[in-house]
Amino acid sequence: MRLLPARSRPTIALLGAALLLTAACGDAPERETSTAGSDTGGVAAATATSVADFGGFDGLVEAAETEGTLNVIALPPDWTNYAEVISTFEQTYDIEVDSAQPDASSQEEINAAEQLAGTDRAPDVFDLGPAVATANVDTFAPYKVQTWDDVADELKDPDGRSISDYGGLMSIGYDADSVPAPTSVLDLLKPDYRGKVALNGDPTQAGAAFAGVAMAALGNGGSADDIAPGIEFFRQLKAAGNFLPVDPTPATIASGQTPVVIDWDYTNAAQSETLEGQRNWEVVVPQEALVSSYYVQAINADAPHPAAARLWQEFLYSDVGQNLWLKGYGRPVREAAMVEAGTIDEAAYAKLPQVSGEAVTLTEEQTAAAAALLSAGWAEAIS
Amino acid sequence: MVAGAFVDDSGALTTANLRAAVSGPYLSAFSRSLQLSAITAVVGAVLGALLAWAVVTGKPDGNLRRVVTSASGVLAQFGGVTLAFAFLATVGFEGLVTVFLRERGIDIFAGGAWIFELPGLVLVYTYFQIPLMVIVFLPALDGLKPQWREAARNLGGSAWTYWRRVAGPVLAPAFFGSMLLLFANAFSAYATAAALVSQGAPIVPLQIRNLQTSEVLLGQQNLGRALGFGMVVVVAIVMGLYALLQRRTTRWLR
Repeated sequence: MRLLPARSRPTIALLGAALLLTAACGDAPERETSTAGSDTGGVAAATATSVADFGGFDGLVEAAETEGTLNVIALPPDWTNYAEVISTFEQTYDIEVDSAQPDASSQEEINAAEQLAGTDRAPDVFDLGPAVATANVDTFAPYKVQTWDDVADELKDPDGRSISDYGGLMSIGYDADSVPAPTSVLDLLKPDYRGKVALNGDPTQAGAAFAGVAMAALGNGGSADDIAPGIEFFRQLKAAGNFLPVDPTPATIASGQTPVVIDWDYTNAAQSETLEGQRNWEVVVPQEALVSSYYVQAINADAPHPAAARLWQEFLYSDVGQNLWLKGYGRPVREAAMVEAGTIDEAAYAKLPQVSGEAVTLTEEQTAAAAALLSAGWAEAIS
Repeated sequence: MVAGAFVDDSGALTTANLRAAVSGPYLSAFSRSLQLSAITAVVGAVLGALLAWAVVTGKPDGNLRRVVTSASGVLAQFGGVTLAFAFLATVGFEGLVTVFLRERGIDIFAGGAWIFELPGLVLVYTYFQIPLMVIVFLPALDGLKPQWREAARNLGGSAWTYWRRVAGPVLAPAFFGSMLLLFANAFSAYATAAALVSQGAPIVPLQIRNLQTSEVLLGQQNLGRALGFGMVVVVAIVMGLYALLQRRTTRWLR
């Protein structure tokens, strides 16, 4: 989901062997469709589109526990409370969760699925940025969770191949002991923030940083259709000496290297909690520049554990799963239905930032146009 | 990779990838990569050659030589994440040296966060270029026979004449060959830069990483392969020149 510096082997061999190998192996060979899916009542789990195909929820649990393992990928433990989501799932069901490459990007999830296709190490489920999910929807298995109807139509694929999971707003996290509280995006250009403002990742690469540029665009007179003012904002930030080209991590925040971090409100809010007593980490969502985005869940069509993958989805979209995300400051997609039913975790819900006004979510076309603009101009803007 | 560089996403033949690879931001990435490689190759070659010279003037089995050669053997391979971390711990924002100087009123980051940009890469790359130069250049210096110097002296030549007429010409191919090797070494290095630079992907290997893994720019894997192909071409040219120079060198150093 987000992207940290590469973890590849520390080699400086001629030709960057690792690099070329990755490129060369990009195309995984086609393989026969697996028939290894566990069967329940004559129905292959790999083609089940709802719990009804398992003869009910208990049938699904039985089939999933027979498989015994679930492969997840790119789920950082400190991201929307995933550590607790995974441990709760393991405690509830007799299934072991194998969490690979927690810091990988969305595209790397897809790459891993291609490269590991046909092995039992391939990822069963994905948690993807919306652009990557849309581009790869053909490789997902259609499956509708029991709470499918609670999710608004524009947040799910009509065939059930993908469904939004949790959302957030772009925010500015800051160390209140080190810098004054910013009230708008443009505040960050002031001399108070010299050498202090970091963006979570490279926006030509990571979804969070991309949304950060979109936020800067809205705060600097641009719009979802025109993010050039966002790039211009970072150019000025760099020229003012305020931009810090460091990838912020919990460690850089704790050590005080990155006193201001532009990131999703749920990751920033999680930092406030983790660093309580160490850093006075505050989060502000600039009201003039509300950018929101949902991440997307999908099941790998070639999942080595098809029943476990489907049970994981049922778990995530149950009240328990949704409230666990909420506890990690993610805005669960069933928010409205759960508020109405009174099943939402009120204490956690009250901690979400209050916003007035409509948040902007970039459409597929706007995202593509913005990505092209960033590809051409980002490196020059900040160098 | 080469095949991927010449097809589009649907598998049809195209030169669009290659044309994109030599234009716009990718062309500037190539230009920065070449600059970085050239600067670190020249600096590494000069400093490495001086160090190697200091070593050969010492005793052949003395401690200086033993320490320098074994240290070079280790440090020349000391690239990657560990090296980047070592530099951040030393001259990063909260690094040992940074803090030491700051307490004495010197702010090495007054001009900006250069350690995370191209100047930082030059510094860090030089750290593995110098030892590599020592390793590859020492045999050439060892090949200088004392008899040549004595002969030059007997014929009435000064030290300057000896260097200009004898040692210089003998060593030049080895020196420039080693420099080319250093150039290719820096050009293809990836992990060090990946661990150090997180914004803007200034050099080609980082651009390729971007194109392979980006969750924003999609469907550009083949453009990444075209960039990889471009790198292979550059390295092939450099290695071709190296082979030519190497042939001249070995003539004298048998």
